[in-house]
Amino acid sequence: MIHPIPPGTRDVLPDEMRELRRLKQALLEVFEGRGYGQVATPALEYDEVMARGDGRAARSSYRFFDESGELLALRSDMTVPIARLVAGRYADSEPPYRLCYLASAYRAVRPQSGQLREFEQAGVELIGASAAEGTVEVIEVLEAALDAAGLGQAVIGLGDADLYRQLLEELGVEGEARDGVLASLATHDLVGLEERLTAAGIGSERVGTCVALTQLRGGREVLEQARGLGGAAVERAIARIGDTYEELEHRGAADRVQIDLGLLRDLGYYSGAILEVYDPALGYVLGGGGRYDGLMKRFGLDLSAAGFGLYLGRVHTAQLREQGRGGS
Amino acid sequence: MSALKIAVPRGALFGETLDVLDAAGIETAELRGGSRSLIFETSGVTLVTVRPSDVPIYVEAGAADVGITGKDVLLEQSDRVVYELLDLGYGRCRMVLAARTGNDRLAEAQRRLGTMRIATKYPRIAERYFESTGRQVELVEVKGSVELAPLVGLGDGIVDLVATGRTLEENELEVREEIVECSARFVANRVSHKLRAAEIDELTANLREASRR
Repeated sequence: MIHPIPPGTRDVLPDEMRELRRLKQALLEVFEGRGYGQVATPALEYDEVMARGDGRAARSSYRFFDESGELLALRSDMTVPIARLVAGRYADSEPPYRLCYLASAYRAVRPQSGQLREFEQAGVELIGASAAEGTVEVIEVLEAALDAAGLGQAVIGLGDADLYRQLLEELGVEGEARDGVLASLATHDLVGLEERLTAAGIGSERVGTCVALTQLRGGREVLEQARGLGGAAVERAIARIGDTYEELEHRGAADRVQIDLGLLRDLGYYSGAILEVYDPALGYVLGGGGRYDGLMKRFGLDLSAAGFGLYLGRVHTAQLREQGRGGS
Repeated sequence: MSALKIAVPRGALFGETLDVLDAAGIETAELRGGSRSLIFETSGVTLVTVRPSDVPIYVEAGAADVGITGKDVLLEQSDRVVYELLDLGYGRCRMVLAARTGNDRLAEAQRRLGTMRIATKYPRIAERYFESTGRQVELVEVKGSVELAPLVGLGDGIVDLVATGRTLEENELEVREEIVECSARFVANRVSHKLRAAEIDELTANLREASRR
């Protein structure tokens, strides 16, 4: 007899469970080994808490009332619950706080889109370390995690979440026009981007500059190319990225980092450095992260913070493919 | 690293897509021979031929690194994550709302019932359009020959792609509203765009050049 489960969810059988357990164990050892203590939070939060994450993408898709009429939400990521936890429990102790997690989160993606509605994430949050150092530390942990997962070919994209916000301000693109441009950037729709920038009346040369900027990705040379395109906002962004990259180089950790000025994460709480993880074995992004100082402020703590989350299922698939064992 | 995989749309865009690939330095003679094969190795790349509406999923999943398809397809499948890199300019057509020539059933339905019945192959584009213009509609999704629908009472009007307008004319239909202009677009997988940057940038530049000739 067949008993269905909701679309976008799945059962895991012993063989895969064994592999996943090994992967989780390897990741947790990296995290714990670097001083990140594992925490768990409830899958259910008050909707009001998840909503502080802002950004449509972070907003929980599954919300319902409990028996006393409170609006609850299934968490859509782990960063917001951990920000909540830190603000409530660690406010009086000395930062920085290093926490890691391995947990399920829930998003209403369309079934058959190659993504699941319930998915496991593994990641770390570093709260209260100064900006540049914190970003570098998080990238180093991420690199160690990718090594532990056996993803020798994985690449980390490093971008800046404030670049386009500041650039558009500098160019005087505001209101609806600005939102439209940012939407085109978020989906990387270059045709739409060009149309919207042109419609905003900033002149064809600047339109060309903005579009060219989104295509700059690679090593250190990218910063020079960006500088050539000019502007104070660009200058500030490449200074921020440059500092981080230089520190990574200094520590011998820059090899698998790709500077990417076209990077724009869809979660609304990021500011400053943003990260994305790719592996040539898989067409989907493995995970991402970045700085989210603004989010801590929304929970009443004036601390800078950074972290990353990896989609465990995708890491597992990439792992199988890099080992030549297939995996769909 | 394996050869770059390019998803090529069969159907209305096929001929011009091959022309623009040729002009960009990718040999396509093999594809023109009426071969039944779906996959071709040529000029250091792999060409996979698929239905235009399948291009987004091939590219999103990384089964193809890049691809070419119509903007209508991308708009209809806007939840597929692909990077839209280039407007190739050919395959130009308009997404329109059309109804029977000289017949005001469409307006009549809107006035009397406060809603219209619209047949279309593009339910999501139609839904977004009517929602954004503040009108309620009942959408009827069909898979082909949507022009037939209003003639046999399946809908008050249709939302469909129009290139020359001849099909509409032959079925005594006329354009009432223009929704959006469409043309062929060059799209890329998100991961490939990052990890195969040099190859994809070069191909994009060549295609841009080729499409402007």
